Amino acid sequence: MILAFVESWNDSFKKASFEAVSYAKTWADMSGTTVRAITSASTADINTLATYGADEIHTLELSQTAFGVASQLQSLIEGATGIVIAGTSFGKSLAPAVAALCGGALSTNTTSAPKSLQPFTVERGAFSSKGIETIELHGRLPIISFVPNSIGLSEKSAAGTVSNVQANGNDLLKVAEVSIAKGKISLPEAEVVVSAGRGLKGPENWGMIEELAEVLGAATACSKPVSDIGWRPHSEHVGQTGIQVNPNLYIAIGISGAIQHLAGVSASKTIVAINTDPEAPFFKAADYGIVGDAFEVVPKLVDSLRAFKASN
Amino acid sequence: MKVQIKSRQKRTKSIQKSWIYYARIVIWWAKSNTKRMNILVCISHVPDTTAKINFTADGSALDANGVQFVINPYDEFGLTKALHIKEAQGGTITVLNVGGPETEPTLRKALAIGADSAVRINATPTDAITVAQNIKNHIQANSYDLILCGQESIDYNGGQVPAMLAAMLNLPFVNACVGLDLNGNEATAKAEIDGGHATLKANLPMVIGGKKGLVEEKDLRIPNMRGIMTARTKPLSVEEGSNGGLTKAANFAKPAAKGSTTMVDAGNVEELVRLLHEEAKAI
Repeated sequence: MILAFVESWNDSFKKASFEAVSYAKTWADMSGTTVRAITSASTADINTLATYGADEIHTLELSQTAFGVASQLQSLIEGATGIVIAGTSFGKSLAPAVAALCGGALSTNTTSAPKSLQPFTVERGAFSSKGIETIELHGRLPIISFVPNSIGLSEKSAAGTVSNVQANGNDLLKVAEVSIAKGKISLPEAEVVVSAGRGLKGPENWGMIEELAEVLGAATACSKPVSDIGWRPHSEHVGQTGIQVNPNLYIAIGISGAIQHLAGVSASKTIVAINTDPEAPFFKAADYGIVGDAFEVVPKLVDSLRAFKASN
Repeated sequence: MKVQIKSRQKRTKSIQKSWIYYARIVIWWAKSNTKRMNILVCISHVPDTTAKINFTADGSALDANGVQFVINPYDEFGLTKALHIKEAQGGTITVLNVGGPETEPTLRKALAIGADSAVRINATPTDAITVAQNIKNHIQANSYDLILCGQESIDYNGGQVPAMLAAMLNLPFVNACVGLDLNGNEATAKAEIDGGHATLKANLPMVIGGKKGLVEEKDLRIPNMRGIMTARTKPLSVEEGSNGGLTKAANFAKPAAKGSTTMVDAGNVEELVRLLHEEAKAI
């Protein structure tokens, strides 16, 4: 049985949740076994997990912390021949703790479905997207943490028998407060990202970037210099030492495209660069480019996209 | 009249006395809340962020030819945070790396920046579990109040060691840590989570997976001449570690080269919208 840990946010699922089940289903089909999804008892629409291939759905009262959940999973892994965890911020703390507690071989930053089962082989991003590592996981319990949005969804209906289980979690720290920016799309899981750099000349000019993001349903991001000067929060810094994104569409405005920035965005499926400098390195990494002044191009792009959205 | 003056003097004296008394309490309280910290900073030895990455012809490893190695940028924030804590409340900073002799210049650089001593665990494990196991053994043989790691290293991008280490030691762990306040034995940490922040409270010792925000970019220190000179005489000890691991890198390859870029005229953004919709199917 392949075990998929399915995260929920405010008691509902996100795409990464379904991706985890899809991944487990692909793996289970390859090895002729079943999928067991483990999720929070308070999540609504638990049955949707069956749509993506969950044969069994086990619900429980989840601990608040990653280590707490890892200790719960430790008591629920009997019969598991593999574990799948989405590489969300929670998953990034959870997967290594599970590997340490359960003694499994772990691949994080995984970008492919299993390439083979003997030995268990997957691809993962390394050297900040400047390399692809083919990695073999040995031992009885391979554990996969995948990059959200890199696997995709596949609908394969299964029984999805729901049962409630009990497991004690061991929290070693206290969550005092959680603040989530309301109405904002979180950067690591965004399907479209609008990012701007020093070419914007000042924080007061971000209005048009936010407008463009709104039209596209995108998250906003920025380059490292911009977050270092304090024009935008660190949490928006995309690049090698910031957030690494892999959206379907990444629009870079007034960002030259330093190697460290490209390392954080090169996994994006489509890249658009808008820059006044025709020699900007970003144009070499982009699929589409516009040489032009952001202050003229962006408002026109907003209008044009609005018209497009209205007619589609 | 005389009696009144006397009693006033008495009162003034007693007020002065109580002031001294209170000041002593405040000083005692402040001291009791700042403890000397024994800090371990885990350091990865990684290719510089500007390095062009190439792999050996057989794809088995990084081609280190001509590559400059640096302290992992995420770890630099932890090292600087350790210096801030030491400056505020006293203590010692040990930097640690699990690796071969080639990583020693990176440890010397950390000493030049201000760490007091360095430890190299002589091992080249193939997975994070074994790296964490080696660090765990060192921690158990010593005693640390705080273990600062970077949230990931920019070479293999595993992001596994800090959480594994904490799990093995049964210690509290904060990943993507962008703020840490200490008050005696109590720590309040701010962590980046998807779409926002969390505030977490724990008792020391604990393990941190840090990033920018733990200290600011401008706080990072470059070794000065004096630091470089003193680093030569600071202790760098080598401990034997264990190798092995459950994972094996079968091959490394460069990502497929990007196709050509389609340039769109700045006056014709409608064309870009059309291409994004029809060709790229991105909108």
